[in-house]
Amino acid sequence: MAEKSFNLRIITPDRVFYEGEAEMVEFNTTEGQVGVLPGHIPLTVIIKPGILNIYETEGEKMAALHAGFAEILPEGVTILAEIVEWPDEIDVSRAEAAKERAEERLRSRTPETDIARAETALQRAIARIQTLK
Amino acid sequence: MASMRDIKRRKSSIQGTQQITKAMKLVSTVKLQRARSNAERSKSYFNCMFDTVNSILKRVGHIEHKYLVSGESQKKAVIVITSNRGLAGGYNSNVIKLVTRHPEWKKEDLVIYPIGSKGHDTLARNGYDIRECENAIIDAPTYVDAMALSTRLLQSFADGEIGEIYLAYTAFKNTVSHVPTLLKLLPINCEEVKQEEASKAEAIMNFEPEDVEALDMIVPKYITSLIYGALVEAVASENGARMQAMDNATSNAEDMISDLSLKYNRARQGSITQELTEIIAGAEALG
Repeated sequence: MAEKSFNLRIITPDRVFYEGEAEMVEFNTTEGQVGVLPGHIPLTVIIKPGILNIYETEGEKMAALHAGFAEILPEGVTILAEIVEWPDEIDVSRAEAAKERAEERLRSRTPETDIARAETALQRAIARIQTLK
Repeated sequence: MASMRDIKRRKSSIQGTQQITKAMKLVSTVKLQRARSNAERSKSYFNCMFDTVNSILKRVGHIEHKYLVSGESQKKAVIVITSNRGLAGGYNSNVIKLVTRHPEWKKEDLVIYPIGSKGHDTLARNGYDIRECENAIIDAPTYVDAMALSTRLLQSFADGEIGEIYLAYTAFKNTVSHVPTLLKLLPINCEEVKQEEASKAEAIMNFEPEDVEALDMIVPKYITSLIYGALVEAVASENGARMQAMDNATSNAEDMISDLSLKYNRARQGSITQELTEIIAGAEALG
């Protein structure tokens, strides 16, 4: 029988954000939303802004994960996150303001608009807001 | 022979200096502890990052990728990380020497991105091509600062302005040993990486998206993390170097003070003897 949980590590440049046993972890990647269960084949994916769900044996944890990449191995997952926040670290009003700014930029786009950047900013703001809900 | 008053004045001035160096040593000890724990916390991130990039490079082998070959430009960009303040022994000059005394580099080929005003000032004075950076970064380095710098460098690399990117900083081994280090950031040297990897067990790793695309996205993160790591280590080294320098200064002051105390006592004794001789001579002359 396969293992029921795996070791999950989330590391940022400044701290170890999370370390523990998880049954499943979900996050957003460049290829779409993925959920990782124990015993996954080795895989490296690039992260896109989105919600990070950690399913532990006793419950569920959420965080906003914005950039980085994840290394998935059968025995564990390591997420190298450039930016990741717990819900209580998120400033809602700032996220709302950022969302509006990004939407505004996308609406009134000119040839100089950095669309990729505005879209990333928008995704980030949405991820932050959704994490809080 | 210096008079008693002169010696006394000199001694108290040195005592004043000693108090200052002692205080500075204490301050940098505290700062060093903080910087060191920062450096240690970020270490696991870089180790992981390094391993991942290595495993990717090992898998993709020899491919034509813009980050794996030198750009056409002969220009070399060098990020020079020094401090904003002096009194840290050879800390700043050792880093600068890495650049100015490099056997193969010519001044005309270099583009310097200095972080820290000491390196900036010295290299600008020597006529190097300087691209302004924020000197305040080194006071409290953040990942965002490193990201901004690496974006800027990769942009110049992509535009063909620079062909290679180097990083000159002081690596922090432990409290007493700091090694000035020159690191090649781009192009990434495949051969070196592979040799290090050869001993490790082979693991089959899949990538989503494909290898080359993954490389496009991971390499900038890799560079950023190296720059950030260098900044954090440089701060720790700076404070370590200053702590040592101030410790030496304090003990030198101690030596000078004990030397002067001896001279002072000799002068005092000399003057007493002289006074006595004069009094006795005077009494004899009267009698």
